[in-house]
Amino acid sequence: MGLLDYFRGSRTDSAAVAKERLQILVAHERAERNKPDYLPLLQKELLEVIRKYVNVGQDAITVTMEKDDNREVLELNVVLPDAIESRPKRKRG
Amino acid sequence: MARIIVVTSGKGGVGKTTTSAAFATGLALKGFRTAVIDFDVGLRNLDLIMGCERRVVYDFVNVINQEATLNQALIRDKRCDNLFILPASQTRDKESLTKEGVERVLGELGETFDYIVCDSPAGIERGATLAMYFADDAIVVTNPEVSSVRDSDRMLGILASKSRRAEAGGEPIKEYLLLTRYSPQRAKIGEMLSVDDVQEILSLHLLGVIPDSRAVLNASNAGSPVILDEKSDAGRAYDDAVRRYLGEDVPHRFIAAEKKSFISRLFRG
Repeated sequence: MGLLDYFRGSRTDSAAVAKERLQILVAHERAERNKPDYLPLLQKELLEVIRKYVNVGQDAITVTMEKDDNREVLELNVVLPDAIESRPKRKRG
Repeated sequence: MARIIVVTSGKGGVGKTTTSAAFATGLALKGFRTAVIDFDVGLRNLDLIMGCERRVVYDFVNVINQEATLNQALIRDKRCDNLFILPASQTRDKESLTKEGVERVLGELGETFDYIVCDSPAGIERGATLAMYFADDAIVVTNPEVSSVRDSDRMLGILASKSRRAEAGGEPIKEYLLLTRYSPQRAKIGEMLSVDDVQEILSLHLLGVIPDSRAVLNASNAGSPVILDEKSDAGRAYDDAVRRYLGEDVPHRFIAAEKKSFISRLFRG
């Protein structure tokens, strides 16, 4: 660092910020693209089955796949609505 | 059989065409019969960088559509006997580039050439995906800058999944990192991602570092690949990269900041 920089005040190490942001982003995007390609279809079909019984919204279900060194975890998360709305309405005879 | 090299990056303006021109010229200078193809249909520029823009008669799409033979369309470089340029078409119809057409042209070139360098357009549209589809090796051109690094990583994902080698399930495409527009001084003071930073993020084999150099603009102004400017830092860096690609063990240069005089240190840091 030069003498004048010393008087101008401390510099910012913006490259370190860039590196950290990129490392997080790239790790996330690599995980996304390494997902098996059947996940979106699996999610869609599961949603159709669940909606036969429970009135849930389009985004009530999330399917994620995580990999460890020696195992894969398929996580299925369904958010159920409040009890009152849960059954499809029946027509009264 | 020729070896097919794609020069790719995702992001535009990082130096793909400069690199394609320099690398193809370098291979030809080493005695290999080399063809360099512009895949940027609608926005051809390789001819300009190679200085043969006034000699274009037929183009890549003419050959694909069998309106011209390869021999009619290939432009022999005036400086280097082993080097041929296949310019892109200026047609706006991007559909004219077909997988079958590209495969046939590459196959025909492969019979007589040692290397085919494919200059990819920016983006991930048809021109870019077809430029990489048949590749054996990929040179990923990256600037030490966040959007370029991210786009390069995306291209790595596409290379690994949407290429002939990936679909055949054999040996994957060999991927190399070429870091361009590098300023060791700025990296040293923490203003720019360093070579090590980029390598750590992308974990690729480093083919070379091309310093940010005035020689590059001078070369494209003149229509002469920068590798022919043997005195320039960028020209020498490209020559090193070609020799590394061919298997020579060449130490990296232009990575460390030059030592400055006491006076310039005092004022600039």
